[in-house]
Amino acid sequence: MFDRDLWREIFQSINMNRTRSLLSGFTVAFAIMLFAILFGLANGLTNTFDTAFADDATNSIFINSGKTSKASNGLQAGRRIQFKNEDQDWIKEEFGDKVQYITSRVYLNVTATFKNEKNNYTIRAINPDHQYLENTKVTYGRYVNASDIKNKTKIVVIGRLVEEDLFLKTTAIGKYISLNGIPYKVVGVFSDDGGDNEERLIYMPISTAQQIYGNNDYVDQINLTYNPDMSFDAAIGFSNILTKKLKDRFQVSQNDQRAIRVRNLANESKAINQFTFILGFLVLVIGFGTLIAGIVGISNMMIFIVKERTKEIGIRKALGASPKSIVSIILLESVLVTILAGFVGLFIGMAVVEFSGPILEKYFIKDPSVSLSTVIGATITLIIAGAIAGYLPAKKASRIKPIVALRDD
Amino acid sequence: MLKINKLHKSYPIGDSSLHVLKGIDLSVKAGEMVAIMGSSGSGKSTLLNIIGMLDEADEGEYILDNVPIKNLTEKKAAIYRNKFLGFIFQSFNLINYKNALDNVALPLYYQGIKRSERVEKALFHLEKVGLKDWATHLPNELSGGQKQRVAIARALAANPKLLLADEPTGALDTKTSHEIMDFIQSLNDEGKTILMVTHEEDIASMCKRIVRLKDGVIMEDVFVEQVRASQYV
Repeated sequence: MFDRDLWREIFQSINMNRTRSLLSGFTVAFAIMLFAILFGLANGLTNTFDTAFADDATNSIFINSGKTSKASNGLQAGRRIQFKNEDQDWIKEEFGDKVQYITSRVYLNVTATFKNEKNNYTIRAINPDHQYLENTKVTYGRYVNASDIKNKTKIVVIGRLVEEDLFLKTTAIGKYISLNGIPYKVVGVFSDDGGDNEERLIYMPISTAQQIYGNNDYVDQINLTYNPDMSFDAAIGFSNILTKKLKDRFQVSQNDQRAIRVRNLANESKAINQFTFILGFLVLVIGFGTLIAGIVGISNMMIFIVKERTKEIGIRKALGASPKSIVSIILLESVLVTILAGFVGLFIGMAVVEFSGPILEKYFIKDPSVSLSTVIGATITLIIAGAIAGYLPAKKASRIKPIVALRDD
Repeated sequence: MLKINKLHKSYPIGDSSLHVLKGIDLSVKAGEMVAIMGSSGSGKSTLLNIIGMLDEADEGEYILDNVPIKNLTEKKAAIYRNKFLGFIFQSFNLINYKNALDNVALPLYYQGIKRSERVEKALFHLEKVGLKDWATHLPNELSGGQKQRVAIARALAANPKLLLADEPTGALDTKTSHEIMDFIQSLNDEGKTILMVTHEEDIASMCKRIVRLKDGVIMEDVFVEQVRASQYV
């Protein structure tokens, strides 16, 4: 296989049929190029989806309340549904280990002051689990913890941009900022992949907010993540039961779409998963279809070459060439043409994907790329493809009888 | 050297079959130079092909250098051809995209000899046929006589026991034919056994023995006084 003379023979033969090799190689190159580009684009789309959800855990469920739109159980429509701390505890008790993390949220709008800097921000008053739900990354200090909730401590965790706005170039940790006139100690600074708005937030313990700003136990929203071991369908089933039970708990009609709203990201994740699966499948079908056309092209060329070289193969056999040596020449030539053409196609495809990346960002395609594993996979596919393309012609060549080949025409 | 007993060969033609060789008995000793003659259709080429292991007999015995040639696999036939036989063809059968040197070196390549040694041996044989200076030329840059001499060098390269020539002068003019025959005679003088198919009387008369075939049987098998080709050159 790694005989230098054999390779000399093969290159000599390719060189002889340069145009033909080039033309049939073109089909394979085109197939691989198409595949690389499509694959890159599909990757880009997947990346876009991934970043769109980078903000939140993909297994999140958001529960909001509003006014009832239908009368039920003798209660009038237009009744306001208000969640309380006990509702969060009730969900936890009711559903046990189906719930991974759970937190309530209270929203507040405040004016924050530090020294001469002043700005308006949204506060999210939350439970410690909130960090995992939002994928919040604490860069300095710490997040809200259980003891903060218990003791209703006056601490805040501020976003990276809040620190930039108010503390300019200095560090915020350990300093006190005033929120609507009440001083809070900054114990942590966080960053979030969800964008600038997410980094202009202030987190504080929910118990602190409830006591200071309302003296009640109202919550605006309950967020939770379902157990990630659950399938999409199981998760969707879980949120359906959760919705039904919540509606019963608040004596809301099951048909009321407005009073209690449960948004389950599993619904969207499922749709996206299906979409990416079908996309990937289509890319494979198109790529393989074109590759098969390429294989047929190369096979065709090799059959022609064998036909054209019948006499030469006969001479070689008369001089003592074994059938094996004839097979390896034809097979290796086919594999070589396929691989060379394939790599050219792969290279062009990757270049196209690489250079068009910034332009495509507008069209919801982010960082389109072809991974190393794809390249390795493509190489193996090409070797197999070349071998398939060369097999029949090689078999044909090895069956050539020298006597037939040497007959003078 | 070579012994053939009751050799039969027929080719199927449609439903019937054509009986080409009808019991050939022939034995050739080392150092002989035999011409096989006959009109077309007499079976002379078929006989040469069987001797050359390019074709197999239906019936009969063929022993080459004490090795019975029978039921050969393709691989084995390739090895025997490479080891025992050198072929010279009417139409030279050089590989047209390989230069003279590479053509001569080809049988050595199939013997698994390494490149430097192949080149050395091939050059030696090219020099022997007087074409050392043409080593890097492609066949289409050579004259007919030169091509045949390259082909002879190639046939000699593997140092075969038996040289088979199928109308070696068929495609050459008289003068060149005589030059080639002169060279083949000199090879025979050195001890090479040569078997040649021809239909030209004057070429046959330059051999030491003439076997005449007609309709698949040997009509005549005579030893003759060899005419030296050198007198015409």
